[in-house]
Amino acid sequence: MHTQVLIIGGGATGTGLARDLALRGVECILAEKQDINAGASGGNHGLLHSGARYVATDPASACECKLEGRLLKKMAPHCIETTGGLFVAVAGDDENYIADFPGMCTQAHIDVQPVDLHTAPEMEPALSEKLIAAYAVEDATIDPFKLSLDNIAHAQMLGARLLRHTRVTGFQVNDHAIQKVRLRNQVDGKELIIEAKVVVNASGAWAAEVAALAGAEIQMVYSKGSLLVTQERISRQVINRLRPATNGDILVPGGTVSILGTTSERTASPDAIYPEIHEVDHIIEQGAAMLPILARTRYIRAYCGVRPLISQGEVGDDRSVSRGFALIDHSEDAHPIRNLITISGGKLTTFRLMAEKTADRVCRHLGVAASCRTRTEPLPNTVEARWTEPGLAPNMWIRKNDPQDKLLCECEMVPQSVVDAIVSSLRKRGSRPNMRAIGLRSRIGKGPCQGTFCSLRVASYLYDRAVFSDDEGVQELCAFLRERWRGQRPLLWDMPLAQAELMEAMHCGLFGLELEAE
Amino acid sequence: MKQIDTEIMVIGSGMAGMAAALFSAQRGIETVQVGITGEINFASGLLDLLGVHPVSDGTRWQDPWAAIGQLVSDEPRHPYGRLSVDQVRTAMDQCLAFLETAGLPYQTNGHQNAKIVTPAGTVKTTFGVPRSMFAGVTVLAEKTPTLLVDFEGLRGFSARQIAQTLGPVWPTLKVARIAFPGAGGELLAEHAARALDVQIHRSSLADAIQPLVGSCRAVGLPAVLGIYRTAEILADLESRLGVPVFEVPTMLPAVTGLRLREAFEQQLPRLGVRAFYQQKVMEAEVLSDGSFRFLVGNEDAQICVRAQRTIMASGRFFGKGLRADRIGIRETIFNLPVHQPAERTLWHNKDLLHPDGHPINRAGLSVDSRFRPTDAGGKVIHDNLYAAGSILAHQDWMRQKCGSGLAIATAYGALSQMK
Repeated sequence: MHTQVLIIGGGATGTGLARDLALRGVECILAEKQDINAGASGGNHGLLHSGARYVATDPASACECKLEGRLLKKMAPHCIETTGGLFVAVAGDDENYIADFPGMCTQAHIDVQPVDLHTAPEMEPALSEKLIAAYAVEDATIDPFKLSLDNIAHAQMLGARLLRHTRVTGFQVNDHAIQKVRLRNQVDGKELIIEAKVVVNASGAWAAEVAALAGAEIQMVYSKGSLLVTQERISRQVINRLRPATNGDILVPGGTVSILGTTSERTASPDAIYPEIHEVDHIIEQGAAMLPILARTRYIRAYCGVRPLISQGEVGDDRSVSRGFALIDHSEDAHPIRNLITISGGKLTTFRLMAEKTADRVCRHLGVAASCRTRTEPLPNTVEARWTEPGLAPNMWIRKNDPQDKLLCECEMVPQSVVDAIVSSLRKRGSRPNMRAIGLRSRIGKGPCQGTFCSLRVASYLYDRAVFSDDEGVQELCAFLRERWRGQRPLLWDMPLAQAELMEAMHCGLFGLELEAE
Repeated sequence: MKQIDTEIMVIGSGMAGMAAALFSAQRGIETVQVGITGEINFASGLLDLLGVHPVSDGTRWQDPWAAIGQLVSDEPRHPYGRLSVDQVRTAMDQCLAFLETAGLPYQTNGHQNAKIVTPAGTVKTTFGVPRSMFAGVTVLAEKTPTLLVDFEGLRGFSARQIAQTLGPVWPTLKVARIAFPGAGGELLAEHAARALDVQIHRSSLADAIQPLVGSCRAVGLPAVLGIYRTAEILADLESRLGVPVFEVPTMLPAVTGLRLREAFEQQLPRLGVRAFYQQKVMEAEVLSDGSFRFLVGNEDAQICVRAQRTIMASGRFFGKGLRADRIGIRETIFNLPVHQPAERTLWHNKDLLHPDGHPINRAGLSVDSRFRPTDAGGKVIHDNLYAAGSILAHQDWMRQKCGSGLAIATAYGALSQMK
């Protein structure tokens, strides 16, 4: 295959870059080793930062967040809930920081409004009675899956190509330039070669690994962050702890649930990471100081992502724009590779800016004059991405009122027609539908039963629709339930433990999946 | 408040509680049984004895009795280790005989385990199979040309899934989908079963299947053939279709679990059990003479039960006999010591399907040779307090495929060793 640009990595940055380049008329292929948002883009709070969290440590990033947040609210409103946010402190929190906070915000040009201590509990009844300070900010929430799915869908409409489950296995570098990229399809094992004029390494926490395949060196350390999903939505707004950023500081509403996080733990590798039990307990204890109900509420799921932290000696022009992300043009390395660019780090809030800066650099390499259009061109609300939205599937199902359209997932009310739509859109893009891909693109398995009942219902339905054949359903069930388990395991006490016991009784006791699992 | 004095109090109405009340009443002992019946609805209806040992190797056994011998030798603390093989056999025989008289006949593959198809397309090793399912064991063993019928709207049951999954070993398994007579949209197994019980749609069901049978020599259907009149419905279908008909297990909650519940709930009171199936123990107290006093009710305590002896068959986490918080696991009625891993990080493996199973599933009550709960030092806690079923420690019924056998045999063991 030939293309102008090969993008490696299908997270927020990679998909955003694909759209940015496609809008400039630049041809590109995006290769993702797993599926959209498989890394940190899918393992975060879904918070569109006002910037206030960074006023003390990184005022430039803070301001960048504010401007990007405002822009995204205009360009991608369907991915965003403008919840607003509060910064709250409770008795015992650092009073100097509290006193300095409004001034730091002003200096960083972040808008904050003091909220009096009688009004704050009226806005958010779950807040602790030990509240000592509260400020309102412009925080909002963003659905990172919808965002990335919409970005890639729009890019594909404009001619970009997406290769899911396709891993880069090597680069052929001659004369300080990548001539060919070798890739392997993770599902069928087929090898392919792509020749691209420019290669962009947008593989997030895997950026050092990918760069190393081309002989380029990136110094990277990995910081894991874990988050918890509550069964109920706890607050209307984003609630931040008003203190120097640390663990368990932020509660972000996400449709019908809330997400509590996060932690920061060094890990040796971005692979095989799990939300751990000690992190869960720590997050809950910290969060409960702001919102006591967090000590008692039911949690559905834990998940984690890895923040790639890059320590790079030289500073190029584009990077000086922001200290929040790293844009590395490897043509400037001591051992240059003329057509390799790495973009890594940063935040979900600034993904668009990262994509823009990267695309600018790509275009400079290609000699393309087109300028960025993502500042002015709204992100289309595509059909592909719609089913991740909580409440949409139930609303459509109730409105349609078709008794033949049976619910496959009762917790999140996802009917057969939604599975049909996702299967057909995956197939239209040349992708092979499987249960995890359908789960990623819908709310299936995301409710309290965590796949106990819907997993078999979906598998059976996919057999009925001849999507599955032979014995692949058994391994599909194993893979789907194993993936759910990663997020259940650290939260198994009380009711979720009883639920997990029922799940194991059916899937192991009755079906014996553990005896079939590969 | 109503006062009841009894010799034995059985707490729990899952398989172990039902078996304990049965064996107690059969011995002519005054018996009170308390427990919300909900969990038994989630029984599969298949009576496992011992299918897999050791779980880490996934070794499946054709001969459950030999498997029990090996298990007890390898894991002497397993509850089966508190029983002789003869006792286990007697317990199973008595329970199966009871179910026969209760109108819910079971069949075994002689003294061997049976293999049966699940809705996931896998093949399960079990022991006692509802007679309505047993032809399925035979046709699977012989790979008989068979028609597997499923119903529009019955979610989680796809005949095509089963046939595709088993295709390489059972190429003559054919499939057909029909509309369940009189149903549109979603079909719930229980609703279908109740309709067939009262003869609604029985003949139209046979008429819908008849033209599809062709050269197939047996017909399988999801397990919806009635709750009370399964044998009659089956015989009716077989005479109309002219081939053996059998039921295939469905996902949980299954009609086959409901049938078990109904059989016990209807028959145990006839044997003299004073049963309170919609109530639970709200307070429990050990009196100075070693007897027990329970307050039983739902929202409010309604009955006071004085019992000489108590059998705890209150189940695990799903049955609410055990409860966990972030710190540890406790027993919910007497706060008995629970054998458990040292900390929560050790409860579950990171892989759901880890071959060793999850350590928490081996947590529970440790008992002495007479099934009386003991403390960590092996000392009996109350002379007259016994435990049976899944609440017992040192077993993993889900992985070992021994749930019903464990429930029935330990209930039998607790009763037969009472002094």
